[in-house]
Amino acid sequence: MAKKGRIVRISGPVVEAKLPDAKLYDVVHVGEAGLLGEIIKIVGDISVIQVYEDTSGLKPGEEAASTGEPLSVELGPGLLESIYDGIQRPLKVIEEKSQGAYIARGIVVNALDRKKKWDFKATAKKGDKIKAGDIIGTVQETELIEHRIMSPVEGKIESIKSGKYTIEDVVATVASHKGKKEQVKLYQKWFVRKSRPVIEKFPPNIPLVTGQRIIDTFFPIAKGGTACIPGPFGSGKTVTQQSLAKYSDTRIVVYIGCGERGNEMTEVLKEFPHLEDPNTGKPLMQRTVLIANTSNMPVAAREASIYTGVTIAEYFRDMGYDVALMADSTSRWAEAMREIGGRLEEMPGEEGYPAYLARRLAEFYERAGRVRCQSSRERYGSVSIIGAVSPPGGDLSEPVSQNTLRVTKVFLALDAPLAYRRHFPAINWLKSYSLYPDNLEDWFTKNVSSDFLDQVNTSMSLLQKEAELEEVVQLVGPDALPEKEQAILLITKMLREDFLQQNAFSDVDARCEMDKQYEMLKTILQFHEKTKDALDLGIQLKRIQELPEIGKIGRMKEMADVKDVKNLQKEIGSSFDSLSKG
Amino acid sequence: MKEYKTVTEIAGPLVFVSDVSGVGYNEIVEIMTPDGEKRKGQVLDVGHNVAVVQVFGSTTGIGTEKTIVRFLGETMKLGLSPEMLGRVFNGLGEPRDKGPRIIPKEKIDITGLPINPYSRESPNEFIQTGVSTIDGTNTLVRGQKLPLFSGAGLPHNQLAVQIARQAKVLGTGEKFAVVFAAIGITHEEASFFMKDFEKTGALENAVLFLNLADDPSVERIITPRLALTTAEYLAYEQDMHVLTLITDMTNYCEALREISSARQEVPGRRGYPGYMYTDLSMIYERAGRVKGSKGSVTQIPVLTMPGDDKTHPIPDLTGYITEGQILLSRDIHRKNIYPPVDVLPSLSRLMNAGIGDEKTREDHKGVSDQLYAAYATGRDLRSLSAVVGEEALSATDRKYLQLADEFEKQFVQQGSYENREIEKTLSIGWDLLSILPEEELKRVKQKHIDRYLRKKE
Repeated sequence: MAKKGRIVRISGPVVEAKLPDAKLYDVVHVGEAGLLGEIIKIVGDISVIQVYEDTSGLKPGEEAASTGEPLSVELGPGLLESIYDGIQRPLKVIEEKSQGAYIARGIVVNALDRKKKWDFKATAKKGDKIKAGDIIGTVQETELIEHRIMSPVEGKIESIKSGKYTIEDVVATVASHKGKKEQVKLYQKWFVRKSRPVIEKFPPNIPLVTGQRIIDTFFPIAKGGTACIPGPFGSGKTVTQQSLAKYSDTRIVVYIGCGERGNEMTEVLKEFPHLEDPNTGKPLMQRTVLIANTSNMPVAAREASIYTGVTIAEYFRDMGYDVALMADSTSRWAEAMREIGGRLEEMPGEEGYPAYLARRLAEFYERAGRVRCQSSRERYGSVSIIGAVSPPGGDLSEPVSQNTLRVTKVFLALDAPLAYRRHFPAINWLKSYSLYPDNLEDWFTKNVSSDFLDQVNTSMSLLQKEAELEEVVQLVGPDALPEKEQAILLITKMLREDFLQQNAFSDVDARCEMDKQYEMLKTILQFHEKTKDALDLGIQLKRIQELPEIGKIGRMKEMADVKDVKNLQKEIGSSFDSLSKG
Repeated sequence: MKEYKTVTEIAGPLVFVSDVSGVGYNEIVEIMTPDGEKRKGQVLDVGHNVAVVQVFGSTTGIGTEKTIVRFLGETMKLGLSPEMLGRVFNGLGEPRDKGPRIIPKEKIDITGLPINPYSRESPNEFIQTGVSTIDGTNTLVRGQKLPLFSGAGLPHNQLAVQIARQAKVLGTGEKFAVVFAAIGITHEEASFFMKDFEKTGALENAVLFLNLADDPSVERIITPRLALTTAEYLAYEQDMHVLTLITDMTNYCEALREISSARQEVPGRRGYPGYMYTDLSMIYERAGRVKGSKGSVTQIPVLTMPGDDKTHPIPDLTGYITEGQILLSRDIHRKNIYPPVDVLPSLSRLMNAGIGDEKTREDHKGVSDQLYAAYATGRDLRSLSAVVGEEALSATDRKYLQLADEFEKQFVQQGSYENREIEKTLSIGWDLLSILPEEELKRVKQKHIDRYLRKKE
């Protein structure tokens, strides 16, 4: 139902138009070029529209046509392996339509391929009574992922048939209680700004194993949890986010490049199809949906990109999958809100950000969670949200960081000084925190070891001790410390360089399994215990420092087999034995 | 074409024209003052029959009566042709060198459309600049945007010119061009660039756009866009590899702030407009390589950090968009070291894609990481030894201290006409690493130590 009106004012991405019967958040096609926009404010008969494309050349008096529907995403087979802009237009199709490397204006494309035929296998049958959210069949979307088709309606199935269908074909008809016949297709639409319903949310109690030692061991993220990664530029936010996207043990990854660099997105695009899923060896792209709205693409679409991404994530969650959503960077999203707020001449809050910034951030992170999915059968899924924050000048007192910290449970503080000395991931172990270890304790005890958390606490207190000692060293030099304390510095150096540092570019080290993480930490702590004992026996620290095992601990990272790490523990035992024998 | 005599208000660089119709957003405007002078401008806001025009150049002489405003019905375009090589233009793209007008082969909108991330090629070809601190530890690749963060009085222009003069891709003889945009720099600085380009013969492969300090500040918004439109044309239509130097982006941002405050917009940090990130990204993101074209646009913007403060909004927002930064340091400059690059806070994000076996050398990454880590340790020890004295340090720590000093003297320090091959840079690196005991070299592979370190003895 298109309702037409006329443009009266243009100011950058904000356009005012006289539109009859306008509703907030309805999508509007603006001007002769048909630029896509969304109504964000209504004053009398004037609708204020934020336009997702460059408005140069647009004139007052040109037509504006409302679609009468809010901005929505298409959810169905074909999402995986796709790369979209902020409003779910596939960039590959845009390339074909623009006939060049640039994104032309006014291009209207479908988010999902209308021609491709999918092999639909019905799992429900005629006569079944179903509720909204029930799975009626499956499509093997990629080798890795089975796409579960959920009925958006409730009622009794009147017909359903397996076969090859396009997403527009009707695969089932459902008679609703009111006697209406509803057609079910392979895809459905959902409004981006509204979260998808669930039956219940649960506290997260399974870790999201990322393969990154500092995260999994020291600051674990839970499946269905939230984490934020703030840091100044050059501290490795994007590399960390990408490592998480590559190596996390989730079934689906949604990666939003929100207002970031074009070349970086290209790198992701080139790299992901060649990377292997750690569990199956299939290309990583088969479980990934990418959303790329680079910094120079229209700012209004950047604002929408976060919602597009999280809605897609929720859809896969509803199928019963664990989904990880990476948003890089939420600061750019907040800036988009600020820019649009400024154009609307809204009264600004702190640092020019709109007063609703805190609410929007909280709403976004609240869409994470481990849930019982909406369905008559029991089914569980989760969305974990990991958001990067880019605070100006690395100063965390600014509004976006502060409001994010209030709602996220894991804080991974990236640190410029660590990055300068090429300590990667440059996560500062003294500033970061995770509020999940208590929830995850049972899982760690059952799946890793009962002394896992004890080890973590011991290591952490050593690292804290190191920070204190460093202050003394600054004043008097390292040689003035007693040998016992010098020994602590030797161990913490191992913890920092041989455990916390991880090489994202090494084949072996880029992903580290939980059991190896545990054994590596155990080895270092064993060395610590043995050193303490040896010093008590009167053995000089110098002799311990000459042990060849120190070098071998440095090479643990590159050991592909956990057995080698365990063997090293034996070696350490025997060489300390021979030290004490004389 | 529509003409109006209905100027109702003039505020700073803005002119308000009432009773207009059919005027487009971002449309170009010609203004005739009562004295018959012609100015150009652009529509910033249009609605309710009022158009707000931003005038390029001064608004002196424009009055509410007798001033004629002509709306040209098109957005700002630049006429382009390969003939532009070797020519000098002013900040609005008009010839400044007394040469003939350019007969355009093509007219292109200067704002530029965003490049589809899907259509980009990832930058991975090593550019040898002959400067060790760049090639060795912060490698530049084709299609990258790598700014120089400098301070007032530091030799950033000298370094920028040296890079432009020496930059080359190893083992190829492809077409190469320099596009140079001067934004609000002094006459003296401009003539330094001109002389150097002329002296080294680089001018014939260069296009220069000069907006000098006494030129109208509003023009500064246009100048870098003209330069980048030219660069894109030469790269993607003429298959050239274009190095774009833009100096000084700080002046650009000042102009942005000036216009924003004239428009009475809500200011963001330090009075700069809230959309400065988006605006800067529309300049910096115009670097790269695209599918189906041999050419590339590499950008080296120069900016002077006000008060040498890296957290000032200009360097801060720039750093979030660009793929790294080369930071010049006043402390190192005071030690009389040229180029005064502080490698620790410097970074090239695309370095790993451009180095290694078959690109530079297999040991490049290891050497670079090891130098970084060792120099960082040495610098920390330097402040420690200032407190406790060098004697209190261990023997190994004294070696680190020595390495930090030698690193600055041998690796960082070089002549402004010294063009170091990458092999030479790496072998200086190994010389420095040989100061340390071998077991400290954890970041380099053993086989590389065997191959490159032993050779020295």
